[in-house]
Parts: sequence; C-alpha cells; structure tokens
Amino acid sequence: MTSPISRGFRGRRAAPGAAKLPPGQYETHDFPVLSAGPTPHTPLATWSFTLTGAGGQKARWSWAEFEALPHEQLTTDIHCVTKWSKFGTEWSGVSIDALLAAGAAMGVQPAPYVVAACDGGYTTNVPLADLTNGKGWIAVGYDGAPLPAEHGGPARLLVPHLYFWKSAKWIRELRLLERDAPGFWERLGYHNYGDPWREQRYAGDE
Amino acid sequence: MADGLTTPASTSSTARPLAWRRATVTRIVQETPRVRTIVFDVPEWPGHRAGQHVDVRLTAEDGYQTERSYSIASPPEDARISLTIERLEDGEVSSYLVGELRVGDTIELRGPIGGHFVWDFSDGGPLVLVGGGSGIVPLMAMLRHRALASADVQRALPARLLYSSREWSEVIYRDELARLAADDPTLRIVHTITRKPPLGWTGFRRRIDRAMLEAFAGTAAERPRLFVCGPTPLVESVADTLVTLTYDPATIRTERFGPTGGT
Repeated sequence: MTSPISRGFRGRRAAPGAAKLPPGQYETHDFPVLSAGPTPHTPLATWSFTLTGAGGQKARWSWAEFEALPHEQLTTDIHCVTKWSKFGTEWSGVSIDALLAAGAAMGVQPAPYVVAACDGGYTTNVPLADLTNGKGWIAVGYDGAPLPAEHGGPARLLVPHLYFWKSAKWIRELRLLERDAPGFWERLGYHNYGDPWREQRYAGDE
Repeated sequence: MADGLTTPASTSSTARPLAWRRATVTRIVQETPRVRTIVFDVPEWPGHRAGQHVDVRLTAEDGYQTERSYSIASPPEDARISLTIERLEDGEVSSYLVGELRVGDTIELRGPIGGHFVWDFSDGGPLVLVGGGSGIVPLMAMLRHRALASADVQRALPARLLYSSREWSEVIYRDELARLAADDPTLRIVHTITRKPPLGWTGFRRRIDRAMLEAFAGTAAERPRLFVCGPTPLVESVADTLVTLTYDPATIRTERFGPTGGT
C-alpha cells in the first residue's frame, strides 16, 4: 500500500552531510529515559555481575573485581524503538569479548544465545554473535561520568547496533544458552532481534 | 516491574506484522490551549487494551516520512481511536497534528503496541493512577474503560487518580474527570496544580510528594495496581517514593516521556 500524502505536512529534513537515521527515527539531543517500572538502586557494595554458562557454571565479579577488568571507551549512535536516535554518545565499559575471556578462565564456555537479566526483573535476549567481536559491552560510564541510575547505572548492557531496549539497564547477569529465550519486551509484542536499519520494531516486522 | 519470566508469551516468530492502516480524522476536540484530541476512523482496527499506544506515520509530498508514538485515549469499547496530543515546542509531528490536521484528513497508524502498561478488569484493583501533564492520556483510557463496567465491577475495582498539572487551564479532560467522579462513589480524583491554581483553590498546589502519596495511594497491603505516567522527573520521583512506601516494585508500572527534543 502506498502511503497517503499527509496534507500540509512538510516535515524536517536532516542537514546535508548529517549522519543517516534508520527508517522512522528522528534525532534527539536529549537522553530520554524509558523503563517499565521503578529505577532500582543497588548499592555497589552488594552489586555483583555473573556470567552463567549453558551448563550452569558461573563466573562472578564484585564491583571492585569488575572494575579491574579491562575497560574500553567508545563513541556510538543509539536508536530507541520509541523513535528517537542519538548520535555520538560516549561510553566506557567492559567488552563482552573481555568478559568471555575472563569467564573462560573461570570455566564458563560460550553458547550461541544470551539472556541479559537485570535488577527489577527485566530480561532481554541477544544472539552471542551480536555481542562479540567488538559489538557489545557492559557499560559503566556515560559522557565521562559513572552511568546514572535512571540510564541503567551502575551497569547496563550496550548493544548499539540493535534497538536500545536490547541494551538492558541495571544488568546483573548474562546467561549463555543453547536455545534462544525471548525476554520481557520480546514476549510483549516487540521484535525478537530488533535491527533498527531493517525497522524490526514489533513481532512480525520482517 | 513484573518479572519477564512470568509474562505470558504473546508473540512468536510466526506473528503477523502490525499493518499500517489509513486513519481518517472524524472529529477534533480542543482540550486545552496546547492539547487536542483527534478522533480517527480506522477501518478494521484489531482492538486494543487500555494503556496501549500506536505509531503514527506522516508522509510529505516528496515522500519524506517520519513516525512518532502516541498513547490511545479511547477505551477498548470505542469503535474509533482517539489520540490526545500536546503540541511541543519545535515538535515536528505534534505541531502538525495539533496545528494543521483537519477533519477529513488521512494519516497512517499501526498498533496497538505495548503489553505492559495496560489494565483490564481481569487485572483487578484497587487501581491507583498517578499522572502529570499529558501523562494522563493512557490513564484516561483505563478510567474510561472502568466507567463502562457495571456498578458491581466498579465497586470491586475502586480507583483513584492523582493528577498534577501546572495550571488549571492546562488540566486535560477537566470536565470529563469531574463528571466521572461525580457519577461514581468508588472513584476518587485529586488534582494538584503546581503553578497557577484557580481563584479560591483549596487543593494541593505543590509537586507530588511523599505526604501526598501516603494520603492518596492507600496501604501497600491492599496491593494496588499502580500506574505512573508523566514527565521523567515526576515518574522517577513518584516511583521511587512508592518503593520507599513499601509498595511492591513489581506492581508499579511506569511510562516516562520527555525531554525528547524533536518529538
């Protein structure tokens, strides 16, 4: 079906040379907050991060141990399924590659699927291949400061090439799985994979 | 938030795509100076639950398209879809929808979207709603849905709304809210007007705070279904306060908006 013209709608065009937006997105300079419930505030003294293997093996880091893992800085664009995109956001954190390497030394082996589990009960699923080779991080810093709680601090998953609901806030665990297991929004009508460039917003989008 | 692991599966890889549908404007209601309700006729609308939203797509003559999400204001019982939209400064889409769109015009919609910030009779009560500004919209869909229930169902599902507006003239659905409360002893509505209350106002005139929520929300032991919608600072503060008042975080559902720049 061809879209009808919206009479009198001119809209805004990106400036020539501006970074490209995925379909249906607009650029924002703010950093909107979206969460389905209250913001958890877990003290760093009781915070830990767990990597769980498909066979139940666990590697666990306290906050101090996690901070001792190698951290990277990166600048990336982010795209929220609620239509906003933000260019050039600056993060710091531990790459999933580094985490898996540290986990392997503690007996946790890779598996093809991952579920991120968070304070507050949120979950989301991502194929492992979308987190490795420099594509995923556990972010603990934003814009040169510790990640604020409303944006997922102390630590959130960062998978910037997928819609931002995959970048789970308040992450506490990555579970490696042999089979895919849809998470919170993925079971409430959102797309299982969520590629913004293919506009995979909702279940059934191609 | 509800544990994702206990949420019933509602989708799978075989789900049908949410189709874009033509939506024709049948009526426009000016709610406040900056807010309009637009009523759309959407053929073959699949139905929705109170609290869900739609995506709106606009297309310019040269093919340029943009999309935004808006909460549905109408209850599931309505054959037509109402969106209540606040004109935002510099809003690419809201300024068009509030300033330009006329009866007879056609845009595109798809939905319904969102399966968490929703309420049905079967979800139970008491229903406790806290809203700020245009955050009232999905809460109004719930109140309208509830208003269509039998008196028995209403008694079993008592409801309260705490609604914060800056000025009395900015209170969206002001008359309808007054009618709903007047008709229904099991519905309690409390306004707080933070900047410009009307002459002779004796109600709250400050931002929603702990004392207000303590007096309003009932006891945590009642396990109310809590829905909080509004600007991010209001939602953060209300949700945090509710947690400190020992409401189960899993029963507090939130929707935040702004500041989002170009909405």
